[in-house]
Amino acid sequence: MKKAFAVLLPLVALLALASLVIGPADIGPLAALKALVAGGDGPLPLVMREIRLPRMLLAILIGGSLGLAGAAMQGYLRNPLAEPGLIGISGSAALGAVIAIQTGLSAAFALALPLMALAGAVGAVLLLVLLAGPRGGSLTLILAGIAVSAMASALTSLVLNLSPSPYAAGEIVFWMMGSLADRSMVHVWLAAPFMAAGALLLARTGRGLDALTLGEDAAGAMGVHLTRLRLALVLGTACVVGAGTAVAGAIGFVGLVVPHLLRPVVGARPSALLWTSAAGGAALLLAADIAVRVVMPDRDLKLGVVTALVGAPLFLHLIWKTRGEQA
Amino acid sequence: MTLLTLSDLSVTLRNRPVLDGITLSVSEGEFVGLIGPNGAGKTTLMRAALGLVPCAGHSSLAALSPAARAKQAAWMPQAREIAWPVSVETLVSLGRLPHGGGTEADAAAIEDALAQMQLSPLRARTATRLSGGEQARALIARALAQECPLLLADEPVAGLDPAHQIATMQVFARLAAEGRGVVTSLHDLGLAARHCTRLVLLAHGRILADGTPAEVLTPARMAEAFGVSIYHAETEDGPVFLPMGVLG
Amino acid sequence: MRSARAFLAALCLGLPAAAQAQDAAPRRVVSINLCTDQLAMMLAAPGQLRSVSMLAVDPRSSAMVDEAQAYDINHALAEEVWLMQPDLVLAGQYSSLAAVAMLRRLGVRVAQIAPANSLEEVRDHIAEVGTLLHREAEAEALTAQFDADLAALRAPAGGPHPRAALYYANGYTTGDQTLAGQILAAAGFANVAAEAGFPYGGPMPLELLAMAEPDALITSRAYPGGSRSEEILEHPVVERLRDAVPGAIMSDADWICGTPKVLGAMKKLTEMRERMRPAQ
Repeated sequence: MKKAFAVLLPLVALLALASLVIGPADIGPLAALKALVAGGDGPLPLVMREIRLPRMLLAILIGGSLGLAGAAMQGYLRNPLAEPGLIGISGSAALGAVIAIQTGLSAAFALALPLMALAGAVGAVLLLVLLAGPRGGSLTLILAGIAVSAMASALTSLVLNLSPSPYAAGEIVFWMMGSLADRSMVHVWLAAPFMAAGALLLARTGRGLDALTLGEDAAGAMGVHLTRLRLALVLGTACVVGAGTAVAGAIGFVGLVVPHLLRPVVGARPSALLWTSAAGGAALLLAADIAVRVVMPDRDLKLGVVTALVGAPLFLHLIWKTRGEQA
Repeated sequence: MTLLTLSDLSVTLRNRPVLDGITLSVSEGEFVGLIGPNGAGKTTLMRAALGLVPCAGHSSLAALSPAARAKQAAWMPQAREIAWPVSVETLVSLGRLPHGGGTEADAAAIEDALAQMQLSPLRARTATRLSGGEQARALIARALAQECPLLLADEPVAGLDPAHQIATMQVFARLAAEGRGVVTSLHDLGLAARHCTRLVLLAHGRILADGTPAEVLTPARMAEAFGVSIYHAETEDGPVFLPMGVLG
Repeated sequence: MRSARAFLAALCLGLPAAAQAQDAAPRRVVSINLCTDQLAMMLAAPGQLRSVSMLAVDPRSSAMVDEAQAYDINHALAEEVWLMQPDLVLAGQYSSLAAVAMLRRLGVRVAQIAPANSLEEVRDHIAEVGTLLHREAEAEALTAQFDADLAALRAPAGGPHPRAALYYANGYTTGDQTLAGQILAAAGFANVAAEAGFPYGGPMPLELLAMAEPDALITSRAYPGGSRSEEILEHPVVERLRDAVPGAIMSDADWICGTPKVLGAMKKLTEMRERMRPAQ
């Protein structure tokens, strides 16, 4: 686990730096960093502090959240296919956020945006945990996830189609695919407290998730409070995923790819995977967000497209492997 | 000293009575074999004693807080679940969770458990890739590493080869001899007779007999509980009990 | 009910509806596109235009809401348009394509007008619709008026050209090869989008806008109902820019269609530029 951090933390730092110096405007890296730290006249400090810094911070926060939530969900459901985006948690959070925006609630009260997204996410996690608890198999989980995802995206489309704003219909893409383009520090401050609270809740699940490796019965006999564990998991996941989705849309596959890649590195222990996955998620999302700027700088390429291109083949591979194990 | 007291314990699952008025106590130094036909309620008895299923009556373990209970009794369920590809050593170390983990005492307990189950050569192997019997031994080692005064194990020797069946029973007998208590359900009457200090025969949710192997394993009781005839002989190496045929 | 059945029958049999000789002036004209709606209302003879599209009465998009109240409203659906028994349907080049195709199958004469991308094309479209309606004289008069008004408004060459940015929801900008860009240029502004490499427009990253340091910022009007697309117009960077330089909220209705109404937009821009002059 320490070894993993020794690689991941410098990687995150390096990518964060790259994220700050890469952008559509042609600014020298040194001038950019100097303007960020020292300020000065002209538009440069504003660009660095109000556009690129929040973009980098959000990539770290949201990537970390998705990695952490993915690892926690997988640990609790004991299923490597559990991922907030795939099983509809992000989609439900997006629905909450869309309702907050379209009803004007978020304009009247800024916190309504993350709170409504959180409410959407709580509903989805609760439903999934009840339908496909630790005893439910992969099939139950994926089927329940498909149902929740389909419902959430249909309702999101409905709300956007009913909106009087001509832009609303086009926003479906953002909510389904996610983007960090042109976010501001306002978004960072809106999401960060919820993410911190959620991460704190999820961090405390480590011991219980370890014990669950042996099954619910053994875990219960080892002093794990299963009801409390479930509550922490539901609220924690909803907090981090809800807040992230509220400001950047639903970004899929991060919570699937990262725990899967890092599991062998930490010896598969669920508690060790939590923070390692958070660091890995931050690195992956930073890299994906750099990729959308480098590969197609003149197009507003959505983040979820890149993460899906990396994640979907891996997802298929995982299903193939699970199938092999069951046969 | 008594490690476990059950008084008038009853369990009803889905409107079907599974256990009915069980009164039982287990003391230090006892190796109790829980025998009985399929569906007699052996697993439910142990789970109810641990407070894992709601029950009427009193269990001294279920009355404890989860944390205190985890230090009083270790539980090895019958389902051999290992959800993630952890190493054998990591798997065994999970038994130290109730104690916090990471201290020298923890490391010693893990070493001891690995050695007792002859797992030291397999310690770095991935637990999910082991054979069924090896996984069973690793899970027993996990329960041993919890180092509780009382060990409850549900069919721990099922699926083990003869040598490891005997070795496991000897480990449990040694634990009992050291002053701990062991309760294990099993179907091998021969092993039960040779290693357990006491047998509890369960049928239809009630205790049919409770005593030394010789007292419990009588032809009449075996016929009543299992519907089998039994061969019994005393040899130089101890008693032999073998079910011989199904009674019409 | 009977007419609905007739519609179905005509649809199935592919019967041409009462075909009109094209050399006679159309007498029952239906417009199903916001921009043809407005040109037709300006040019048609009394009673010639029967119906305009529902967008024509929406003040958020139409510059001629009051005039449009006098006509039946259609929703650009083939069935409803066919039942009006038009002898000419005016449609946009890229909208309601299914309805256009079906109306043509039913034998209805449909004229498609492309969106205007320049002030020159505004003149072309006036002439085109004038010819279609057999109202050439009115079209010429309208064009002459347009030319005169445009000449009066057009910024003198050689004067200072403040650099303006057009910035809408989703960070969208329009370049100089568009109608909005030409309005901006005619009003005497240089277009920041063109400098930044967006001749036609597209989503311009916010940091390019900030780095370009425009002298004026023209943003779109907020629509009712929240949307995250418009959220970017409240981004701290945009707000700071808006505080620092003169800005205008453009009213979409004057900008959307290539009609003489674009001069209204141009007039506002010209006034803004003139107010800016002392500061320069």
